[in-house]
Amino acid sequence: MFLTDEEKRMLDGQSGKGVMKAMELLVALGKAFDAERMIPVTRAHVALSGQEGDTYWCGLLADGGARCKVPPTTNPAWDVASLTKRYEVTGPELELALRTVEVYRRIGAQLTFCCTPGLATNVPNFGEHIAFSESSATPYVNSVLGARSNRESSVSALAAAVVGKTPLYGLHLDENRKGQFLVEVEAPLEEPYDWGMLGWHVGRFAGSRVPVFSFRSLETRPSPESLLYLGAELNTSGAVPMYHIAGLTPEAPTLEAAFGGKIPGAELVVTKDDLRRQEEALSEKAGPVNLVMLGCPHYSYGQIREVERLMQGRHVRDGIAFWILTSFDALELACRSGERERLAALGVDLVADTCIDEPCWKSFEGGLGVTDSPKCAYYRERRGQPFVIRRLSECVEAAVLGEAR
Amino acid sequence: MGGEVRSYKCRCIVKGSGCGEALVSREPMCFYLCDPETGTVIEKNHPLQGKSLAGKVLVLQSGKGSSVVQVDGFYQLWVKGNLPAAIIVRETEPVLVSSAVVVDAVMVDRLEEDPFEAIGDGDWVEVDAENEIVRVRGKRQG
Repeated sequence: MFLTDEEKRMLDGQSGKGVMKAMELLVALGKAFDAERMIPVTRAHVALSGQEGDTYWCGLLADGGARCKVPPTTNPAWDVASLTKRYEVTGPELELALRTVEVYRRIGAQLTFCCTPGLATNVPNFGEHIAFSESSATPYVNSVLGARSNRESSVSALAAAVVGKTPLYGLHLDENRKGQFLVEVEAPLEEPYDWGMLGWHVGRFAGSRVPVFSFRSLETRPSPESLLYLGAELNTSGAVPMYHIAGLTPEAPTLEAAFGGKIPGAELVVTKDDLRRQEEALSEKAGPVNLVMLGCPHYSYGQIREVERLMQGRHVRDGIAFWILTSFDALELACRSGERERLAALGVDLVADTCIDEPCWKSFEGGLGVTDSPKCAYYRERRGQPFVIRRLSECVEAAVLGEAR
Repeated sequence: MGGEVRSYKCRCIVKGSGCGEALVSREPMCFYLCDPETGTVIEKNHPLQGKSLAGKVLVLQSGKGSSVVQVDGFYQLWVKGNLPAAIIVRETEPVLVSSAVVVDAVMVDRLEEDPFEAIGDGDWVEVDAENEIVRVRGKRQG
């Protein structure tokens, strides 16, 4: 791989040990993918997890004097200030959460603690070269916004943020952004939930290939949240960093454009029945629940309003926690506009900066939860809480009844 | 005795050197599904389930699993001193590369012969990533 003199100096340690480590990682990636050279990135998003491994990496770079050239936005860990008042964690768990905040602050990140940067806080333009980790964010910025990011890990995205560059390979290049197989969708899709279920269903089949969706009829334009859910689930059940929707996403004005030439036959046709069966296969059996968990990926302000509408003034059943995980800006808007207070009076809590996959939720483990997100269910399973997966309106009914149907 | 030593060219991904007995995984691995205390693979139905990676030269098909868990898996093994001595990868993928760099796990790829043909379980293997050379001595017969 060609390196400029300045890049060589970084790799030799002349810009400090932290920059050297970041550069080592980028060069290793570039070599592995036969990148011809490095290119500048103008934005980054780091999917910090609050796990030891990536907090260690950030600390290693920061202790070595590195500061971000391109200040990245960051994923959530958990809101220590508000959640420790409600739930117990161990000393080491609390210490790790605080250390995570400290090292990312020191390296010069924007501490947004939000997993939906492409919706509001870090929105790239068409054609912009960026380094975005986070499984729901990468497909969104590539597919919906037409920016260019590889399927970064938290550590490679942080390295790119420190150096301000990434190796030129993969989705930075035109030829790798073309569709690789055709999916015909017959199922009607009404809300983010349906799009998420489609994503999970197709992701299992896709591996790491780029799908092109063709809809029999797309009567209403999908919301940004729906497109976000599609990518989140495609990139959880599969490893899909980009998709096209013919006639809708910016690099797919036509089917032909999406494939960059010849249109292949459909490899997959998705019906309403397929998605119903997919829900059945994913979901835990219905029953009494101890937790309603929404916001994986983070709920937008519009989705918070939708929850209030569906509650119809009813109260969450006693003994059941109802949490909506959201971004700091959506939370602020819900405070100003009154939804937070009104929802709290009904037993629905909002929290920012927080992911579903964190130790603060462990008091619910062993019980059954309900969520509208297959991704949430997938990660919580590892921590010992099975989830019933249902569309939002059914999650709200479960909260009121105390039982998922 | 140990038999002849064969040398193969390779490509350096993470520099350094390491040697040890070969352990071959024809399946991709998620390092999070190893016990950090012993380096033992605990993934159900994995061909290496119950075997320890610690100090071995791992000949690996590829990586799998989300970036967060893979990085954490490497990190936990490194903290306990139970990483493989070196890793020879058949199909390189970005998360595996990133994880190895974070903890300086010696890694090479593009062995000039298929590593599954060139190296068998129990062979003695020296990986010199700096000079892009892998030396293999077949295990003793009988």
